[in-house]
Amino acid sequence: MSKDRTHPLDIASLRAKLGATSGQHYWRSLEELAGTKEFDEMLHREFPRQASEWPSSLDRRSFLKLMAASLALAGLSSCGVQPEEKIVPYVRTPEGVVPGLPLMYATAFVMGGYAVGTLVRSHEGRPTKIEGNPAHPASMGATDIFMQAAILTLYDPDRSQVVTRRGLVTPWEKFVEEIRPALDAQLALKGSGLRILTETITSPTFASQCRALQQRFPEARWHQYDAVGSDAVREGARLAFGSYLETHYRIDAADVIFSLDSDFLCYGPASLRYSREFASRRKPGSGEKHMNRLYVVESNATNTGASADHRLPMKPSQIEQAARLLAREIGLEGVQVGSMTLSDGQQRWVASAAKDLQAHRGACVVIPGEYQAASVHAIVHAVNQALGNAGRTVIHTDPVEARPENQLASLSALVSDMNAGKVDLLLMVGGNPVYDAPADQDFTKAMNNVPLRVHLGLYDDETASQSHWHIPQAHPLETWSDARAFDGTVTIMQPLIAPLFNGVSPHELLSVFLGETGVSSHDIVKNFWRSQQGDRGFESFWQDALNGGIVPATAAAVRNAIVSGSPASWAPAAAQTEGLEIAFRPDPTIWDGRFANNGWLQELPKPLTKLTWDNAAIMAPATAQRLGLATADLVSLTYKGRTQNFPVFILPGQPDGCVTVSFGYGRTRTGKVGSGTGFDAYRLRTSDALWSGGGLSVQKTGERYPLSVTQEHHAMEGRAPVRHATLADFLKHPEFASELVEAPAREETLYPEYKYEGYAWGMSIDLNACTGCSACVVACQAENNIPIVGKEQVANSREMHWLKIDQYFSGDLDNPRVDSQPRMCVHCENAPCEVVCPVAATVHDSEGLNVMVYNRCVGTRYCSNNCPYKVRRFNFLEYSDNQALTFAMQKNPDVSVRSRGVMEKCTYCVQRISAARIEAKKEDRPIRDGEVVTACQSACPAQAIVFGDINDMKTKVRQSKSDPRTYGLLAELNTRPRTTYLAKVTNPNPEIEEESHSS
Amino acid sequence: MTNAPPLVAPGNTYATVTEKVAGDVLTRPTPRAWFVVFGVAFLLVMVFLGAVSYLFARGVGIWGVRIPIAWGYAIVNFVWWIGIGHAGTLISAILLLLHQHWRNSINRFAEAMTLFAVACAGMFPILHLGRPWLFYWLFPFPNPMNIWPQFRSPLIWDVFAVSTYATISFVYWYVGMIPDLASMRDRAKKRWVQVVFGMLSLGWRGAARHWHRYETVYLLLAGLATPLVVSVHSVVSFDFAISILPGWHSTIFPPYFVAGAIYSGFAMVLTLVIPVRKLYGLEGFITLRHLDYMAKVMLATGLIVAYGYLMEAFFAWYSGNPYERFMMFNRAAGPYALGYWALILCNILLPQLLWIKAVRQHMVGLFVISIIVNIGMWLERFVIVITSLHRDFIPSEWAMYYPTIWDWATFFGTIGLFLALMFLFIRFLPMMSMFELRQLIPVNGDRRGNGTDGGAHGR
Amino acid sequence: MAQIFHPSMKVISKASIVALVIIIGALSLAGVLSYRSSYYTSASEPREQVVPFSHEHHVSGLGIDCRYCHTSVEKSSFAGIPPTSTCMTCHSQVWTGSPLLAPVRESYRTNTPLLWNRVNDLPDFVFFNHSIHISKGMGCQTCHGQVDQMPLVWRQESLYMSWCLDCHRQPEKNIRPRSEVFNMKYKAPQNQEELGLKLVKEYSVKTKQLSDCSICHR
Repeated sequence: MSKDRTHPLDIASLRAKLGATSGQHYWRSLEELAGTKEFDEMLHREFPRQASEWPSSLDRRSFLKLMAASLALAGLSSCGVQPEEKIVPYVRTPEGVVPGLPLMYATAFVMGGYAVGTLVRSHEGRPTKIEGNPAHPASMGATDIFMQAAILTLYDPDRSQVVTRRGLVTPWEKFVEEIRPALDAQLALKGSGLRILTETITSPTFASQCRALQQRFPEARWHQYDAVGSDAVREGARLAFGSYLETHYRIDAADVIFSLDSDFLCYGPASLRYSREFASRRKPGSGEKHMNRLYVVESNATNTGASADHRLPMKPSQIEQAARLLAREIGLEGVQVGSMTLSDGQQRWVASAAKDLQAHRGACVVIPGEYQAASVHAIVHAVNQALGNAGRTVIHTDPVEARPENQLASLSALVSDMNAGKVDLLLMVGGNPVYDAPADQDFTKAMNNVPLRVHLGLYDDETASQSHWHIPQAHPLETWSDARAFDGTVTIMQPLIAPLFNGVSPHELLSVFLGETGVSSHDIVKNFWRSQQGDRGFESFWQDALNGGIVPATAAAVRNAIVSGSPASWAPAAAQTEGLEIAFRPDPTIWDGRFANNGWLQELPKPLTKLTWDNAAIMAPATAQRLGLATADLVSLTYKGRTQNFPVFILPGQPDGCVTVSFGYGRTRTGKVGSGTGFDAYRLRTSDALWSGGGLSVQKTGERYPLSVTQEHHAMEGRAPVRHATLADFLKHPEFASELVEAPAREETLYPEYKYEGYAWGMSIDLNACTGCSACVVACQAENNIPIVGKEQVANSREMHWLKIDQYFSGDLDNPRVDSQPRMCVHCENAPCEVVCPVAATVHDSEGLNVMVYNRCVGTRYCSNNCPYKVRRFNFLEYSDNQALTFAMQKNPDVSVRSRGVMEKCTYCVQRISAARIEAKKEDRPIRDGEVVTACQSACPAQAIVFGDINDMKTKVRQSKSDPRTYGLLAELNTRPRTTYLAKVTNPNPEIEEESHSS
Repeated sequence: MTNAPPLVAPGNTYATVTEKVAGDVLTRPTPRAWFVVFGVAFLLVMVFLGAVSYLFARGVGIWGVRIPIAWGYAIVNFVWWIGIGHAGTLISAILLLLHQHWRNSINRFAEAMTLFAVACAGMFPILHLGRPWLFYWLFPFPNPMNIWPQFRSPLIWDVFAVSTYATISFVYWYVGMIPDLASMRDRAKKRWVQVVFGMLSLGWRGAARHWHRYETVYLLLAGLATPLVVSVHSVVSFDFAISILPGWHSTIFPPYFVAGAIYSGFAMVLTLVIPVRKLYGLEGFITLRHLDYMAKVMLATGLIVAYGYLMEAFFAWYSGNPYERFMMFNRAAGPYALGYWALILCNILLPQLLWIKAVRQHMVGLFVISIIVNIGMWLERFVIVITSLHRDFIPSEWAMYYPTIWDWATFFGTIGLFLALMFLFIRFLPMMSMFELRQLIPVNGDRRGNGTDGGAHGR
Repeated sequence: MAQIFHPSMKVISKASIVALVIIIGALSLAGVLSYRSSYYTSASEPREQVVPFSHEHHVSGLGIDCRYCHTSVEKSSFAGIPPTSTCMTCHSQVWTGSPLLAPVRESYRTNTPLLWNRVNDLPDFVFFNHSIHISKGMGCQTCHGQVDQMPLVWRQESLYMSWCLDCHRQPEKNIRPRSEVFNMKYKAPQNQEELGLKLVKEYSVKTKQLSDCSICHR
């Protein structure tokens, strides 16, 4: 690439430019504002990407062909004689199946051991879509990105498909046969040489199997390790209460929320619930005059921070200081503050927050980040108790995990045992320690001392390659199991499809070690519960549990815990804080690497950076300026003697002096999708600094690494796509949003008005509720057969997401306000796209939908040019080839798969509308409010999206639209959008407002 | 124009004219330069075929088009070629009706150019379709889907405008050629050449009746073609003007596009005529006076275009519309500002040299300027199409446009095609209208023929 | 000098012009007609099937109702092709030895489905729903023809969009009382027009909406 790009951004002058402008001013992407213009470069050096269209992209395409398959592809070719088609009826129709009608099954999605209830839609035995289970406490009907994307992993042809011994294909029976002698040997030794390594386990059945194993092999050991574990949470509870306790929060009961580096709105076992509860207290206008208030101090920019009323970025090492300062401010005895590097301004900030918290005793909550030290958690427990929150907004229960333990300690114990040659047989159930164990543990070396290594996993991954035996694991949707939610509620997980790639479930594998043979996971799970429930009425219990998706009365017992430890004893962790600090985080979309081969998550823009297909070293503008770095410079990070390369990404709002890298990338052994993406952050991670530490050094390599982002421009250009006011201003002037820009009167159009006798579909999106979590984006992709296009195509801004979440930055460069805005087709009354299509492929229907008729589209793309919202997506190339049939199986049969050369866009999930309409018509009744739920709407944890008939005064959407905050995006163009937004209203603390203005 | 230099160099008689023009086709050996130019052009045609095959194999994604810049070079080139295709009809039809006899020596040539330019232009709307094999859905015809095209869409108007224009231009060009084809037939030596020209000349015998009908038809066609000169590019401009996009949505587009079209058309005529004139030694027929006139037309239309640019800027400011204002600002100071200022330089500033007679009559100077104007007009379309699209209403969708080699290959490919056709024409058909040239020859000394009885002077 | 062309060319050339016009016209007409003809749409040509199942015999012969086999026609978009078990309900008793039914028994024994050739095949971008048509009084006959007289089933109609639209624009032409939907003997009454309009009203068929693209294309 050309050299002028590698010039550092002149942040100083940039600040000057900003300084000249006042509060609500919106600025451009840094490159532009700073004046190191990518564009001049593009003009100087002739057209950089001209080669990108082939051969490079061809190999990328070769996997893309796999990625988005289609059954209906043939459908879009122009008219002509069709190929002979066969009909394959059942031999014996399964019970309850009506060909053509989908069925919903209740099961659960498990992440980090914790369950979230799901309802999975199945077409003739093909699971096609995951929805949340409204009856489940952790889901309440909502889903997150991982739940949505799980369905793609199910059909991933790169999942391991065969049992292998030293890489050679071997039948499962052979394994069962060959493992027996090893087990017999262990029986003699009481299993002293047997080790089992699992991820965090909450499954009662699995736990009981492990207990059984313990009985069979008394000296065997069971270790748990999750790379993204929460040891600090457990240990913090132990410090405070003397024993492991589970803690969760009742956000809706809190008027003031203080988050210490916790992204509780978007990630974690209860985040869906928290998000719902948080949003429920941020609906001013409709009668309501009050809102909750969120303070966030954080060491890297998150969506939770973006949703805060007050956000204070600081280095990881300073978070604990803030915690201790907070404790002191609310008058907690004995907490030593230790060395203080927070500025006076920051200290005042914390003080005012503390005052606010005290003003709401019993109705506030302090939430510690799970990547904070145990001492922070302990302090926060004390703080919450001192504030009278315990039992009100903070709930303590018995542990939900089958066996809570310090997982890092557990892993190190295992490693030392292996090094000491004490281990003869290592069984790894799930997990990928070779890839994600802390670098200093050198798990691989230790593991190679073990004479017999068995690995069960979804993929033939790094760990599999180091194991003697690799056994393909059955996907959770392929097998029976059970798991507990954050509050302990159990869900019995049922399979929706027989294992596609002859996967084996953990239960079955364990049963082999228990000397049982040929027991199905169904029997294992069912028998366990029979043993729990007793035979009487068991069948009905079983049926109810399966149908409802939860096992009643299994929530963990609530404990009225009193802080026993003395705060004085919780010394500050002696973290080295000199120089640059590094922060490790799970990747926002591919987490700890387990989703590396999931195309939907790879292409899902990461919050705030909008980065796809890669991770990066995220740093603040000021930091970058000091180091003379620009976005996409390749740098080598050296930390504790270990070195790893990363591309730089400059993110406003990232705390100065802290570089954040995310896990999960740089996989050496994964599928076609995941390989060659990103850089491995685990290489820098050591046991003594799992989440952050000081003393990082950054060297420029002089190379550049292209990054693909879906949004290059984060300024509103003085336009008002997102409209915002403080609660005070809003109460004074409720109509501010609609009056900000004058929309023309209805008459101002030459075309005649449409008349809608029946339904008129419309949508309302509450920007106050939206956290930008992106669940809707993936949900839309899953429901509407939207292909992924790959890194190069994203770089050419050809991503196909019908629904995008824009993020606009404004104000202070170091701590900007961030506004998230979901944007999809708004279904204009006067749609500019309709009039310009020469073949009438996009037209208005009698219920006001702006319909896109794929099979009529010839691809002039005029509609996209004339769409002021730029929500139309075009198949520039064949993005949906029908190569991997397994992917074809995921496709929603009620939605056409679009071929090359066809325009597409949000349809308001017209297939769901039609289904509802047909059912209603068959019953000669109108469609009920809430009967049609769009994919994005059902996914949204915050219920920010409301959809329905706006002709009917009583519908939710109609009421939502009557909220004074309602405004139409670009309404000044007289497009009269059917989708309207509710303006954002924040609830800042006046005291801090003063502060920021005066300073 | 009493003491202006003659339109045909002194000393030319009917015989010399016919001999010269027909001779280039029939008897005299083809100049080496012809082979060179045609060779190059032919190679470019191959490039074009390659690019198009790959396009059909993979889809428009091989080009730089993307969201939000869904229209790229294909449309830029389309408008550019269509513009070039304007000079021909203007020269032959309008100037005929205005009794501008000087046109007689260049009209044939210009018409041919028009025809080939339109041919090049006509391909792009089809090539740029996502599913080009369905282009026929743009035509209204009874079909088993029971649906018609959407007549509200300017693209449909385009289909009619361009196809009509192409047809009329062809007919006009061909009819105009019939008498000459006949004389070629008569002068041809080889049997097969006679047959070919015989077929083409549709049995023309130069009888008074023939001439009479010919004149009528030719006038009618001229009358028919004249409104087209205005209509075609007006309709093309609607493709943009009808939309709501800042930078497109503008009422001045039709006149300003037509002016621009003629501007580029004349520029292209000059670009071709000047070298050909030299190559075939036609200085006697295409005289300095012709070039001078054409230069003047360019100057005039160029000023109209300049006015258009001015108005765009003015309205952007005057409208008070933030989007319009930003669009203008973005053109002049945005990432593509270089393109905008280059366009101002090429289309407005440099052509002002044409005020100077010396420049108008200086071959090289005129040639260079004509090239510059061609480039300028291409840049104009680039600025209109791409800079307007790449930053419109929603900032989060803003992006940059990067053309690929395939964009360039297709563009230069059509230039090759154009040149190839042009040179085939020069080689195998009478490139100047002999019988009309004769009208320009002083019959006896002082009197200059005014063409009314021109037809009567058959062989 | 010698004439290039023989005098007869005078006539020939003129004739050829006329001929050209005629030929082009004829060709395009032929094209249009054949495109709409059953030759092209392969309508009304019987489809071979693994088992020569005769609707004629089972429906008019034995009087079995459509829904006995096509069970989901009232509930689902897909009318349903009977599972082998349905065939075996009778054929485990009758014609147990018939060689014609060998594939059926084979399928039942080996639990491998029978493969039937689709007769009425819509493009995949058309989302047709049987149940709604049934519940709004569209007879099987209307689209599938006299299946009760088809030994081997053939497609009755072109299945062109124009054909769909004919009915979607004027359902009154074909609509019948719900009670008559499965009646293969049903003949449209003289006053179909007015009865139709009455039924359209009664069954609350929104004719205006029926020609929305979104009704069939998603």
